[in-house]
Amino acid sequence: MPDTKTIAPRTFFEKVWSDHVIAELDEVTAEGTADGTTQSTALLQIDRLFLHEVTGGVSLRELKQAGRATSSPGQVFTAIDHVVSIRPGRGPGEGRNEMATAMIEETLVASAREGLQVFNIGDPRQGIVHVISPELGLTLPGTTLVCGDSHTCTVGALGTLGWGVGSSEGVHVLATQTLRQAKPKTMRISFEGALRPGVSAKDMALHLIGLIGANGGIGYAVEFAGSTVRSLPIEGRLTLCNMGIEFSARYAFVAPDELTYEFLKDREYVPKGAAWDAALAYWCTLPSDEGAQFDREVKIDSATIAPQVTWGTSPQQSVGIDGTVPQPDDYDDPGTQELVRTALDYQRLSPGMRVDQIPIDVAYIGSCTNARLSDLHVAADVLRGRKVAANVLAICVPGSTQVKRAAEAAGLDQVFRDAGFEWLEPGCAMCASGGADRLADRRVISTTNRNFENRQGPKTRTHLASPATVAASAILGHFADARTFSTHA
Amino acid sequence: MESFTRIRATAAPMMRINIDTDQIIPTRFLLRTSEEGLNEGLFANWRSLADGTPNPEFILNRAPYNKAEIILADRNFGCGSSREAAPRALRQSGFRAVIAPSFGDIFFGNCFRNGVLPVILPIDTVNRLGQQVASSDGNALLEVDLEHERVTAPDGLTFAFATPKKLRDMLLNGLDEIDLTMQLNDSIARFRATDREKRPWAYLERGSY
Repeated sequence: MPDTKTIAPRTFFEKVWSDHVIAELDEVTAEGTADGTTQSTALLQIDRLFLHEVTGGVSLRELKQAGRATSSPGQVFTAIDHVVSIRPGRGPGEGRNEMATAMIEETLVASAREGLQVFNIGDPRQGIVHVISPELGLTLPGTTLVCGDSHTCTVGALGTLGWGVGSSEGVHVLATQTLRQAKPKTMRISFEGALRPGVSAKDMALHLIGLIGANGGIGYAVEFAGSTVRSLPIEGRLTLCNMGIEFSARYAFVAPDELTYEFLKDREYVPKGAAWDAALAYWCTLPSDEGAQFDREVKIDSATIAPQVTWGTSPQQSVGIDGTVPQPDDYDDPGTQELVRTALDYQRLSPGMRVDQIPIDVAYIGSCTNARLSDLHVAADVLRGRKVAANVLAICVPGSTQVKRAAEAAGLDQVFRDAGFEWLEPGCAMCASGGADRLADRRVISTTNRNFENRQGPKTRTHLASPATVAASAILGHFADARTFSTHA
Repeated sequence: MESFTRIRATAAPMMRINIDTDQIIPTRFLLRTSEEGLNEGLFANWRSLADGTPNPEFILNRAPYNKAEIILADRNFGCGSSREAAPRALRQSGFRAVIAPSFGDIFFGNCFRNGVLPVILPIDTVNRLGQQVASSDGNALLEVDLEHERVTAPDGLTFAFATPKKLRDMLLNGLDEIDLTMQLNDSIARFRATDREKRPWAYLERGSY
C-alpha cells in the first residue's frame, strides 16, 4: 500500500474519471495539453449504454450501415420511452403516431439483432430511461453510463458518472464500449442548511439556474454537495441532477453515501452477497477527499430558496412564486435584455405582473424530472379532496410502469382522477412536442425540465415548477403557492 | 467523415443567447427512420409562418443570407438536447461553421462529427463580425480557417480561436473516430483485464443476469 498521506486529495470526479481512463490521447503537460489548452482527451471505459427509439434507433442503424457489431451487448440496454403511446390499453410497440410506431419497430428489431436487453411496453420494467435505470440498479456508484439523451446526468444522483451523447458517439460505444472524451473542469455547488417547508429539489435547481445562468455549467462536471443535498432523499437528488444539463453541465452528480447504498441494495442488476460487499468497499472510497480542489465553487444558503416558477423560455428565467415578472431594464447586459424581451413576447406576459395571478390552461405532471413516486405523493397531498379548476386540462403521466403500479397500490391514481386529472401510461409523453395536438397555443405549468419555445407543442407556453406548485395551480387555475394549502393526508 | 479545412462564405448574424436544439430542429422532425431531409426541420418554428409559408422576416429566408454557410450567434448556442439532428440539419442546409462565444457541450462535439465547425470567439468579436456583415447587407464574406485556427473579417482583421486537438485532427483529415479507437484495441484489452479484477460488477454478460 502506498502511503496515503502523500497522495493529493482528489475529487469524486477525478477518482471516477481516472479509474476509467484506458489511454490518454493528448500529450499532457503540467500546464495542460501539448497544444496549450487545458482540456485533455482520454479514451474512457463505458460501463453502461442506454439506447432509446429516437437517438438510439439512429445509432443502431448507423452501426449496421458501417458494417460494425456491438462489442459488449451485455452492457447495453434499450428503453422504449420517447415516442410511445400513453393511451390506456396501448399495445406493445404502439407509438404516439404511425411514424413513432415504425421507429419503435425498427429499434426493437435492431436491438434483437445486436442481442440487447429491451424494456418495451408491457414489460413491468418499462418507463422513461432515467427513471428505470435507477429502479433496475443499472446506476452503480463510480460507473460510467451514457445515453443519447441530455438528461442522462440524472443518474448522477446515485454517484454514477452519466452524461448525454450524440448518435455517432452512441455508435462508437456500441462498437467499442469506449468513448473519446475531453476532460471537463470541476465545480462544486454546495447547498447548506435546511430548506423552508414546501420547498423541493426542483425549486433548488431552478433557483440555482437563475443565479448562475443557463450557460453557467459549460465545460464543467458538477458535484452537488452540502448538508441540504446530504439530507435529500435519492428521488430529490435525481430531480436536482436531472436539471444539471439545464445550466449546460453535461455531468452532474452527488457522491454516494448511506442513502445511495440503501436505495440500491437488492435491486435487479445490483451485485449480491460477497460481490455487494466488495463493491460497497470500493464505493466508499469514492467521495471527494477533504481538501480536494475544485476549479469553481458555488455556495447557496438553502433558507433563501422559495418555490420557483419560470416566466420565460429558458430555465434561468425563474422567479419566486410570490414574485413578479421582471422587465428587460432589470438586466445590464444588452444580450440578456433582448433575451428577456423575446421571452416575454413569446410567453405573452408583461413586466411587473404578479406571478401568482397568471392564469393557466393546462397542468402537467410527468417527465424524468418529476414523475417518480415521491413526486406523485406530494401532488396527491395537495389534490386530495379538491377539484381542478374549470377549464384547466390536468394530466399526470407516471415516469415508469413501476411508479404507476406503486402509485395505484397506494390509491394515488384515485386521488388524481377524483380531482379531475387524466391518469395515463408511462413515457416521455408531452415533455417534448408529444402534446402537439392538445397543448398547442396553451399556457402549461409543468413539472418537466425545458420551457423552450414550442417545446411542448406549437406556441405552447411552458412554465416549469415543482409537483406541489403544479398541483396547487391546477386547483386554483393560476400559478399558486402550495404552501397556502392545508393537506388532508 | 467529411473534412473541413477553410471556407470563405456568407455569414448570417443571429445574435441571440441560448439558441437551443429545439429551435435548431424541433422534436417533431426527429420522428423519422432516415437521416435524410433533416434540413426541412432547420429552425422550422422561426422559418415558417403558422400557415406553413416562409416567414419573410426570418434572416435565413432573405438574400443573400439564404446562401449563408456560417451562423453568428450569442452565448450558449446549441444548448439543450443531445440530438445529433441539430448539426446534421445545419449541414444538410449548407452550413459549415457556427461562430459564438460558447456552445452547449454535447452539440459542440456533435458538430465535429458532422462536418460543421463550432468556433468560439468573445462576444465583442462576434458582434464586430456581425456588424461588418450587416453593414454590407450580408455581402461581405467571412473566412474560417481550421488549419490555422483563425477567422478573417471582411476588413482583413484576423481573430485566432482554439479547438480541441483530437477533434481538430479528426475534422481536418476527415478521420473515422471508431477506426482511430480500434487502433488502441491492445490497450483496451489490457485495461479490461485489470479493471475486471478491480470492478467485476461493472461487467455484465447477457445470460449472467
